[in-house]
Amino acid sequence: MTTTDILYQIRDLVVEYNTRAGVLTAVDHVSFDIHRGEVLGLVGESGCGKSTLGKALMRMIQEPGRITGGELWFDGVDLMQLSPGEMRKLRGSRISMIFQDPMTSLNPVQRVVEHITETIRVHEPHVSIKAARARAAELVDRLGINRNRLDDYPHQLSGGMRQRVMISLALALRADLVIADEATTSLDVIVEAQFLDLLKELREEFNLTILLITHSIGLVAELADRVAVMYAGRMAELADIHELFEQPQHPYTRGLLRAVPNIRLEDDELYKMPGSPPDLVSPPSGCRFHPRCPEASEICSRQAPTFHEHRPGHFINCWLYQEQEESVSLEASS
Amino acid sequence: MSPALRRYILVRVLLTIPMVLILVSLVFLVLRVLPGDPALAILREGASEEQLASFRAALGLDKPLHVQYVEFIKGVLRFDFGSSMTRKIPVTQEIKTFFPATVELALASMFVTGVVGVFSGAFAAQHRKSAADYTIRILSILLYSLPIFWLGLMLQMTLGKGAGWFPVSNRLSPGMTPDKIITGMYTVDALLTGNWPLFKDAAWHLILPSITLGLVLAGIFTRLTRANMLDILEQDFITAGRARGLRERTLVYRHGLRNAFIPIVTLLGLQFALLLAGAILTETTFSWPGMGRLVVDRIYDRDFTTVQGAILFFALLVAGISLFVDILYGFLDPRIRY
Ligand SMILES: Nc1ncnc2c1ncn2[C@@H]1O[C@H](COP(=O)(O)OP(=O)(O)OP(=O)(O)O)[C@@H](O)[C@H]1O
Ligand SMILES: [Mg+2]
Repeated sequence: MTTTDILYQIRDLVVEYNTRAGVLTAVDHVSFDIHRGEVLGLVGESGCGKSTLGKALMRMIQEPGRITGGELWFDGVDLMQLSPGEMRKLRGSRISMIFQDPMTSLNPVQRVVEHITETIRVHEPHVSIKAARARAAELVDRLGINRNRLDDYPHQLSGGMRQRVMISLALALRADLVIADEATTSLDVIVEAQFLDLLKELREEFNLTILLITHSIGLVAELADRVAVMYAGRMAELADIHELFEQPQHPYTRGLLRAVPNIRLEDDELYKMPGSPPDLVSPPSGCRFHPRCPEASEICSRQAPTFHEHRPGHFINCWLYQEQEESVSLEASS
Repeated sequence: MSPALRRYILVRVLLTIPMVLILVSLVFLVLRVLPGDPALAILREGASEEQLASFRAALGLDKPLHVQYVEFIKGVLRFDFGSSMTRKIPVTQEIKTFFPATVELALASMFVTGVVGVFSGAFAAQHRKSAADYTIRILSILLYSLPIFWLGLMLQMTLGKGAGWFPVSNRLSPGMTPDKIITGMYTVDALLTGNWPLFKDAAWHLILPSITLGLVLAGIFTRLTRANMLDILEQDFITAGRARGLRERTLVYRHGLRNAFIPIVTLLGLQFALLLAGAILTETTFSWPGMGRLVVDRIYDRDFTTVQGAILFFALLVAGISLFVDILYGFLDPRIRY
């Protein structure tokens, strides 16, 4: 990749939930790009808005939530401008999703094969049931499921096989972008390793772009090319995986990496970040991380930094890397 | 059929046997333990001891209870419920004459209940919190609380006698007779013999009674379907289906409803007794010559054997239907196995 080919441009995306306590901003003016052919890891503490962001990319936010702002440029088209019908046609064919729990994500009273054939036929109505079946058989063969299992019901399969079925559904129409939300959380370690190998192979073969949403830094290290770190509904840092692991810049990223076992072996005890993520109905002023930040200064609580490209390809949302220009402007104004 | 499913069905059939035995015993005991002497009731005061004794002997009521019980069971096994006390024909003959009318009414009502209840429930769930949802919910509560005879009378007054669109009593117009009794359900028989005018007449008579009974029962189904569908539409596999680009219609009416069918079929089975009870009330309102009419008429006649036979038949029917519903359940839900 000499010139980066951008598949999906997300600009100023805002997603809000109406809750009893008030309006909860789960995704707050988030902007980033997904490059064609890459695996982009998306990490962050529980509740920081990863799943919400993933669903928003497919315009699948359900009540009481709503996308209240932003642009979603997917392959040159702003998805926010599409009608619900046009949007539906894109789901499953160009952008697809793999969910956390393959047991509950498959219809319990529908055979495996029907899941696949109906997905093929909703997007390609001219395909006969027989032809769709043949394609389904080919697909599951490729994913290492015996085609005899096609007529099984989901509960008759093992967890690993079910997750393979979910992948086959995501790939049935050769989607450009696959969003995997905690896709390995429900699998045991060995099955997870197999799943990762499979994903790596498929990635080459199907020329996939993957948004890998996960809690697991290990999984990201294994698979991702770039990593985006989210904190409290905002992007904290986004960079190439090596750069991010070797030189994490944002204090939150540093804390997050120190809290992962086996990454910083020189630490005797596992680091535990102080404090807990904020309430998103009434988040802290300024930078949302400032109450937990060891390097917070006076400006951090007053004004939010902007998510900007600090170095080529390395985006940061922190006053530590924005100070100069800002202090200049502050001096100028005073 | 998979071996697991076959085993499930076998077990379920075996479990039905003790249940039926208890039912039969209850029917046997109730008419013998309850106060009141059937012989006296039929022959009235003033009958001589001799007359009473010979009456009892004819019905086997003079024998010890356990002997009677064994004979009764033997009879039931041969599907012989004895003969009518007032008419000299077998009780089964009577049932054969009246039962098809009830079945026809019950099936037609079940159809109305199913279509109205399930679709209005699914529609309300799909359009949750819309005006249509609230309207459907209010109507369903209203329907459920209506007495059958009242709704029946209202329909008779408006669409029946009022507008003159539908007949309000009997199964056929005067002068119409079925060419041949095959199932005893006139609409079905007419179709089988290809008698179009007869079919139209029979269906025309069936409409008001089946709407009456069907609507009253539909209220529960609307509510059950809506509640279940709301639950199901929140589930992961619906979201996953949406993420694959499936249409909302497909998600609600194929994926959702198919999952909701399991509790609905169960309720349908459980409500069958209610359906039969409702059929009896409807029959009275619409002078429909079915089992309800038979039982009510024979109670007035003090025809104990016919009443016993009819009740026993109903009990066996409910047991049979619940067995059938359970088996259907096994086919619908691949996860259910013993
Ligand atoms: N349906 C909803 N209604 C109200 N609030 C919601 C809803 N879904 C999510 N939220 C809120 O939005 C915020 C982000 O949730 P989200 O599920 O996107 O987080 P996440 O990063 O995926 O968390 P996890 O790692 O636990 O999956 C949370 O504060 C959550 O409480
Ligand atoms: Mg999540």
